[in-house]
Amino acid sequence: MNQPASTKPATAETARQVVSAKNLGLTFQTNDGPVQALSNVDLTIGKGEFVSFIGPSGCGKTTLLRVIADLEKPTSGSISINGMSAEQAREARAYGYVFQAAALFPWRTIERNVALPLEVMGLPRAEQAQRIARTLDLVNLKGFEKKYPWQLSGGMQQRASIARALAFDADLLLMDEPFGALDEIVRDHLNEQLLDLWGRTSKTICFVTHSIPEAVYLSTRIVVMSPRPGRVTDVIESTLPRERPLDIRETPEFLAIAARVRDGLRAGHSYED
Amino acid sequence: MTARLKPSWQAALALLLVVIALVLGAMTQPEADAFASPAAGVAYPYLGTKSVILGLIGLAALGSMLRLRPLAEALVLFVGAHGAAWLLLAGIGGFEGTAKAPYYCALTAAWLLGWRCVAVLSSMRPAERWERLALNLVVPALFGAWLLILWEAVVRGAGIPFILLPPPSAIGARIVNSLPILGEDVRQTIFKAVLVGYVVGCAAGFVVAILADRFLFLRRGLIPIGNLVSALPIIGVAPIMVMWFGFDWQSKAAVVIIMTFFPMLVNTVAGLAASSHMERDLMRTYASSYWQTLFKLRLPAAGPFIFNALKINSTLALIGAIVAEFFGTPVVGMGFRISTEVGRMNIDMVWAEIAVAALAGSVFYGVVALLERAATFWHPSIRGG
Amino acid sequence: MDSLRSKIVPVSTILAGIVVLWYVFAVVLNAPFQRDLDRRAGETPTTMEFVVRTLAQKKPTLPAPHQVAQNFFENTFLRKVTSARSLVYHSWATLSSTLLGFTFGTILGIVIAVGIVHVTTLDKSLMPWIIASQTIPILAVAPMIIVVLAAVGITGLIPKALISTYLSFFPVAVGMVKGLRSPELMHLDLMHTYNASRAQIFWKLRVPASVPFLFASMKVAVAASLVGAIVGELPTGAVAGIGAKLLAGAYYSQTIDIWAALVAGSVVAALLVAAVGLASRIVERAMGGRPA
Repeated sequence: MNQPASTKPATAETARQVVSAKNLGLTFQTNDGPVQALSNVDLTIGKGEFVSFIGPSGCGKTTLLRVIADLEKPTSGSISINGMSAEQAREARAYGYVFQAAALFPWRTIERNVALPLEVMGLPRAEQAQRIARTLDLVNLKGFEKKYPWQLSGGMQQRASIARALAFDADLLLMDEPFGALDEIVRDHLNEQLLDLWGRTSKTICFVTHSIPEAVYLSTRIVVMSPRPGRVTDVIESTLPRERPLDIRETPEFLAIAARVRDGLRAGHSYED
Repeated sequence: MTARLKPSWQAALALLLVVIALVLGAMTQPEADAFASPAAGVAYPYLGTKSVILGLIGLAALGSMLRLRPLAEALVLFVGAHGAAWLLLAGIGGFEGTAKAPYYCALTAAWLLGWRCVAVLSSMRPAERWERLALNLVVPALFGAWLLILWEAVVRGAGIPFILLPPPSAIGARIVNSLPILGEDVRQTIFKAVLVGYVVGCAAGFVVAILADRFLFLRRGLIPIGNLVSALPIIGVAPIMVMWFGFDWQSKAAVVIIMTFFPMLVNTVAGLAASSHMERDLMRTYASSYWQTLFKLRLPAAGPFIFNALKINSTLALIGAIVAEFFGTPVVGMGFRISTEVGRMNIDMVWAEIAVAALAGSVFYGVVALLERAATFWHPSIRGG
Repeated sequence: MDSLRSKIVPVSTILAGIVVLWYVFAVVLNAPFQRDLDRRAGETPTTMEFVVRTLAQKKPTLPAPHQVAQNFFENTFLRKVTSARSLVYHSWATLSSTLLGFTFGTILGIVIAVGIVHVTTLDKSLMPWIIASQTIPILAVAPMIIVVLAAVGITGLIPKALISTYLSFFPVAVGMVKGLRSPELMHLDLMHTYNASRAQIFWKLRVPASVPFLFASMKVAVAASLVGAIVGELPTGAVAGIGAKLLAGAYYSQTIDIWAALVAGSVVAALLVAAVGLASRIVERAMGGRPA
C-alpha cells in the first residue's frame, strides 16, 4: 500500500535530498486512546521540487509537515532535513514555515513583522532592512511597510506572512494550507504569484492543501494521503511544464492528473464512509 | 393635530405640574405669610421670578412639542429647564427649609424637561465623529449636573441640616477654601503612600509572574492561592502594617503593595498564556530562545491583561491607602482627614475630601487608560474592530 | 480531576513554605522584644529556649501560626456563639450585613442594567457615570454614611448593609449590562425574523446569555460587600463584627486577636465566594450549559 516516493539510492541523489523520511510514524496519546496520525511514511524530496500533500482531514498531512518542522516528534522511524536531524535543522533555521492563518503580530508593522525572524537570528540592522525590502518586493507588498496587519486584507496578510518566511533565505519553504481561508479569486492570484516566486528563487516547497486543482496547478509531485492511520497512498509525478499560466487548468493533461489525484483520494477512502 | 404637534410624556407632565403649581399658589412659607398679611411687608423669595420660572417651563414644554429639528428642540428644553432651575436655586438661598409643594412641582417640571432634553440628545445620530464625541460628553454631563441640581434644591428646599448633608455649593466652597489642606493630604496619601505602594506592588507581582511562568511548579502552586487571596478582605492587614511600619506613609504603602500584588500576578500569568499556539509555533520554527519569545511575542500579547491589572490596581491602591489611614496616621492624609472630620461632624470637609479622592481616582485611572491606548493600540478593543 | 491532583502538591508545598517562612519571621521580628524582656529579667536562655519564648509572647509583633490557630480555634469552637469574644458571633455580625447588602446590591444592579440596556437615555447618561464611579475609592464614604445615619438615629445592621449594597451594586450593574448585550447580532437577527417582542427577546435570549456574566460579577460583588461591611464597622467603634474586632485588636495591640479576626474574615470570604460558585454551577447545569 505504501509506495516509497523515491527509492533511488544513488549518492549524488542523496546530496540533493532536502527531506528524507524513513518509516516515519507518530502516535498521539489522547483521552480516547492512541491515535495513529502517521504510519510508515517513506518520502524523499529533492532540491527545487514543489511537493503538495493532499488528503481529507485527519490524514496526517499537517502532522507530517509539523514533523518536518520539528514541531512534533515522530514516535518511530527517522527524518532528516539537509542531512541533519529535524531539530538541528530547526536550530539552523533551515526552513521557513507559513501557517494556515497569517499569524502576523498585530503590534508590529508589516516590515517589523518580516523583521521578526531576522531579529531572532540577530542579523545586523542594515542587512535586516535590505532583506525586508527585497522580500516585500518579492510578494508585491512594496508601499505597505508601515501598515499594521489589521489594516490589510486577508490576501495581503498572507502574502506578508510568506515574505516573513522568505526573509531569512532558507532553501526550504513549508506551507500549511496557506490559502485555505481565502476566497477563490484571491487564491488563484496568490497561486500564480507563488509559482512565479518558486520559479525565480529555486526553493524547495512542501505545500499542504485540500484542494485538488491547487495541488495539481502548483506541484511537480503530489503526495496523496489517507486517514486512520495517516499514511501515503499514492505519489503522482506531474507532467506539466514548469511554466504554467492559469488557463493550463483547462487542458486535458491537467484534468488527467486531477482525475488521478481524485482516484487516489477515493481509493484511500473506499473501505469506509 | 398630530401632524403639527409631537407631544412627549415628559413635556406634558411638566405642563401639568406647572398648572398644579399655579393652582396651589405660594412657593414658600414666607410667600404664604405675605399673602396672609399683605400689610406686614414680609420679604419672600420668587417675588418677581415665580412667573418667569413657571413661564419658562411652560413655554419650553410647549415649544418642545412643535415639530422642531432635534437640535433646536434640545436647545429649547435646555434653556427652559436650566433657566428655571437656576432661578429656583438662586431664589431659595436664605429661605432654606421653607419650600412648599409648588416649589417641588416646579423643580420636578424643570427636571422632566431636562430629562426630555437628554432623551432628545441621546436619540440623535450625528454623522460627524467630533459631534458624536461631543454628544457622548454632553449627555452624561447634563445627567451629572441634574444630580447636583436636585441635591442642591432638595437640601435647601427641605432645609436638611448642612451638618448631615451639605449642598454641593457648600462642598464646592469648602474645597476652594481648603485647598492647602487638601493639597497636603493628597501629597501625603497619593504621592507618597499610593504611588510608592502601587509601583512596588505591581512590579513585584509582575516579576513573580515571570518567575511563575518560568517554573511550572511555582505557577501551579501560586495561581490558586492568588485567585483565593484576590477574594479575601486584604484590607484587614492594615492594623498590622501600621504596627510594623509606624504611622507614616510607609505602613500605607505596605498595605497598597499587598493589595496590588495578587491582581498583577494573576493577570500577568493569564496574559502570558494569551498568545496563540500558532504564534508560539512560529517562534519555535525560528529556534527562538525563551527570552526572545517572551519579549517579542508573549509580553506584547499579555499587554491588555497587564493593563487590566494596572487599572484594577489604581482603584485598589487608593482604597488601601485611605482605609489604612483609618487605623492611625500622622495628622495629615485623606483617610485621616475623613475619619477625624467625620468625628467632628464637619461633613462638608468630608465631602470635599471625597470629591478630591474621586477626582484623584479618575485621573489616576485615566492616565493608566491613556497609557493603555498608546501601548496596546493594536488590540481590537482599542482600535474598535 | 487530573488537573486537581497536579495542583495539590505545588499548592501545599508553597503553603508549607509560607508557614516555614512565617515561623522564621516570627522569631526574627519578636526577638528584639524578647531580648529586652530577658535582659530585664536577668536571664540568659539557651538559643532553643529563646526561640520557644519568641513564639509564645502574649503580644508578639508577628504571632506564630500555631498561636493564631489556637486563638482562632478557641474563639470559634470553644466559646458560646453569644459570647462577645466568640469569632462566630463577630463573623455573623459581619456576614448578616454583608448578605443583606449583597442581596440588595445585586437586585439594584440587575434592575439598573435592565434599564440601561432598554432605555437609550439611561445608557447614554447613566452608564458613563457607573463606569467612572468604578475608578473612584467609593469605600472612603463609608465612615460618613455610618456617622450621618447614626446622627439621624439609624444604627446597627442597616448602615453597614447600605455600604455593602453600594459596593456590590457597581460590579453587578456593569457585568449585567455586558451580559445582556452579549448575544450575537446573528441571534438577535434570528429573533427579529420571528418578529419577537422586546420582552420575548429579553427572556428567551438576553437573560440566558447574561447568566455567566451575572455570576462572574456576583463573585466580585460578594467580596466587595464583605470588605464594605468590615470597613463599615471601623468608624463608629462598633462592638460587633470582624472590623470591630480588628479595631479593638489594633487599639490594645492584641496582635493574635487581629490575626485570628483576619483568618475569620478570610474564611467568611471563601465561604461566600464558594457559595456563589456553587449557585452558578447549579444554575448553569439546570440551564444545560457545558460544564466549564
